[in-house]
Amino acid sequence: MINLETPKKVRPLIEQAHQVAMNMLRPISRKYDAAEHEYPKELDMLAAMIDGLSDSGASNGAGAAGVRRSEGAESAGNRNGTNLASVLSIMEMCWGDVGLLLSMPRQGLGNSAIASVADDEQLERFKGVWASMAITEPGVGSDSASIRTTAVKDGDDYVLNGEKIFVTSGERSDAVVVWATLDRSLGRAAIKSFVVPKGTPGMTVERLEHKLGIRASDTATIRFEDCRVPAANLLGSEEVDVKQGFAGAMATFDNTRPLVASMAVGCARASLDLTREILEKAGVEIDHDAPALTQSAAAATFLQLEADWEAAYLLTLQAAWMADNRKPNSLEASMAKAKAGRMGTDVTLRCVELAGTMGYSEQELLEKWARDSKILDIFEGTQQIQQLIVARRVLGLTSAQLK
Amino acid sequence: MALNPVKSVLSAGGRHGLAESERRDPIGLAVAALNRLAQSDLVDRLGIRRTSEQTVYKVTHAGFRTIGTVGRSFARKGTSSAGQRIPAANPKGLFDLTPTEDEQMLVDVVTELAEEVVRPAAAEADEACAAPDELLKATLDIGLPTLGVSEELGGIAGERSTVAGVLVHEALAKGDMGLAIAALAPGAVATALSLWGTDEQQQTYLPAFTTDDGVPAAALALAEPTPLFDPRMPATTATRKGSGFVLNGTKSAVVRGADAELFVVGAELDGKPQLFVVESKSPGITIESDPSMGVRAASLSRLILAEVEVDAIALLGDELSYLECLRLSRLAWCALAVGTAQAVLDYVTPYVKEREAFGEPIAHRQSVAFMVANIAIELQGMRLVTWKAASRAAQGKPFDREVALARRLCAEKGMQIGLDGVQLLGGHGFVKEHPVERWYRDLRAIGLMEGAVLV
Repeated sequence: MINLETPKKVRPLIEQAHQVAMNMLRPISRKYDAAEHEYPKELDMLAAMIDGLSDSGASNGAGAAGVRRSEGAESAGNRNGTNLASVLSIMEMCWGDVGLLLSMPRQGLGNSAIASVADDEQLERFKGVWASMAITEPGVGSDSASIRTTAVKDGDDYVLNGEKIFVTSGERSDAVVVWATLDRSLGRAAIKSFVVPKGTPGMTVERLEHKLGIRASDTATIRFEDCRVPAANLLGSEEVDVKQGFAGAMATFDNTRPLVASMAVGCARASLDLTREILEKAGVEIDHDAPALTQSAAAATFLQLEADWEAAYLLTLQAAWMADNRKPNSLEASMAKAKAGRMGTDVTLRCVELAGTMGYSEQELLEKWARDSKILDIFEGTQQIQQLIVARRVLGLTSAQLK
Repeated sequence: MALNPVKSVLSAGGRHGLAESERRDPIGLAVAALNRLAQSDLVDRLGIRRTSEQTVYKVTHAGFRTIGTVGRSFARKGTSSAGQRIPAANPKGLFDLTPTEDEQMLVDVVTELAEEVVRPAAAEADEACAAPDELLKATLDIGLPTLGVSEELGGIAGERSTVAGVLVHEALAKGDMGLAIAALAPGAVATALSLWGTDEQQQTYLPAFTTDDGVPAAALALAEPTPLFDPRMPATTATRKGSGFVLNGTKSAVVRGADAELFVVGAELDGKPQLFVVESKSPGITIESDPSMGVRAASLSRLILAEVEVDAIALLGDELSYLECLRLSRLAWCALAVGTAQAVLDYVTPYVKEREAFGEPIAHRQSVAFMVANIAIELQGMRLVTWKAASRAAQGKPFDREVALARRLCAEKGMQIGLDGVQLLGGHGFVKEHPVERWYRDLRAIGLMEGAVLV
């Protein structure tokens, strides 16, 4: 039966995340926006609490690692599982602060990657590890198939060489999931991901970026020089299967894109919630029954933004719900990411405009959210990459036909 | 005010889409005179005009007037106590995008009808400003008017059928929006009677809708032809007279007005908007044909009420039912937008893959492919927001916010999809050989329409 309400069993988790976001993240939101690169020490306690909730089962398996697609018997009927719980709780946390959510120990995108592609032995071995994700290189962004970082088999090890940029929590995390190619001539099929623990000789965190937004989250450049990693740290299959191609590595994205979409949804809702109150205090009433055109321009604009938000929110839930029900969701994950990414910037920027210099000022957080939201339309695949994926799938075209 | 003869000749405004401030200069006067000559019979008598231009549109011509159809007598039955109500849907508390088996069966049947019967008839019905009788009969055969009527009253709804209604509107509008509206309009009136009617109203009027044959044409008339119309403040009035009411005013976007035997009309009573059931044979009713930009197969009309006297039975529900009616009607329009937008996507997808320019299919260009991608993305967003509003309504939860958002989204994105549908076909999109120009006109209705359909 069609029902798009938040599932009953996830509501306590959402409420919990909301309280954490309100009472822990919001009070330090501006502080770490101003003090870029300073470690938000408050998060250690929070991370410990989240681990505790996770162990007790109270979190329904939500979190960065909640995207693992469990094997086992197909249970009959509709499932609301960890993917849905994860997007809904991350949404709440990002209503609090996207930068701080991204800095949350043991909740990195690397953890999602491990959860998505690791075998059971690796999953156990990397349990409790805070893992960052390293894909982008100075000369390679969206075309991740052409990365230059190499991995060369040497005995029981792989030797990594190359430079990675834009590694979220790259300095703070315990390990980095690095994409490297076994053989550049074999293209995307030869790209594998490796878990490289911090302190591995040959791995250096070179510098941290100064950014437009999500300044609480550190963004590192990491260099690998003859960095030796055990072959057992290669995630997934060692074989280069030209037929299967990129699928293994890209499968991570089907799981992480709804998460990033949920970040944009959460951030935008923060802007909408505050803007609604600011407008109401200014005497602007938003009437759901009156035609938009008979209301003030501010109210009509707000309705438009909220409508766009609702679409992004539901597209995100759809993608997660499909993952929970083991339906292929590449198309829906990219739709959610595309819609949420552009909605996020549009909503947060328009909210600044609606609030005037009050919204532009650092005395409110509206201007910060308008800076934070921009990255969400870029990382884990830009708006244009998502459109490319959606277009190829809808039109049934290959990457050779639709470049 | 005394007429200024000079001004009256030079003043061009007030009609033909001209603002009142428009003034003619001498050349303009000469052109206007020439135009009047061109329109006169003299030209025809001289055999100058081509015969194809002589077609006189009797029905499609705006302003063609008739009195309300002299339909059946609705024999009074029942009491003024509350009518039958349909229980709310009760889901298991899980997020779910899968229709129930019953809903899916219904959607499959309607989808087939939309493909096999509705779409092939669409272009001609658009031209004729009328839906073919056999098509309307086919929609009656599958029980569409009784979708929102409870089983106890002879309908098919076991529980509140807002979701099923949305799915059916979507599936039928994928065939054609105008025909969908023509077919679904009687169901809007039946659903309103089912949701808010007294025992007497239900006993009197619903049997006509639930019999196998002869379901009356009926129309839910909420819109009025004024700019910035807020349906909560209709200019149409109801005043009390004895135990009954007297109605005055003009309603627009009335589906198949000339055929309709029963209207549910929005009017202001004692400062509040209310619904009234009005039989077409009531004296004082005039129907004026009102062909519009799109949804022409729905034979849109104006309903002019001049001192129309109705009995106490006419008042349907209360002020809250009026609001609910408004919301559920807007929701139905959203579902129509989703169906038509899906038709656009399904049509342009193969087209851009077949159409070649510069030696390859235009789909191989990002500017074209991304337009298709955005249609797919926004369409799915429209669908989900509409479904959410529907599922909340079916469950008896507040849904005013959700309907408002669905309406904004479907108006904005639906129109964009209509635009892009034409643009993707280029010049071919502008000609009637392809349906995209019709969908462009139909999708403009979303966001401005009130009434007509209901889920």
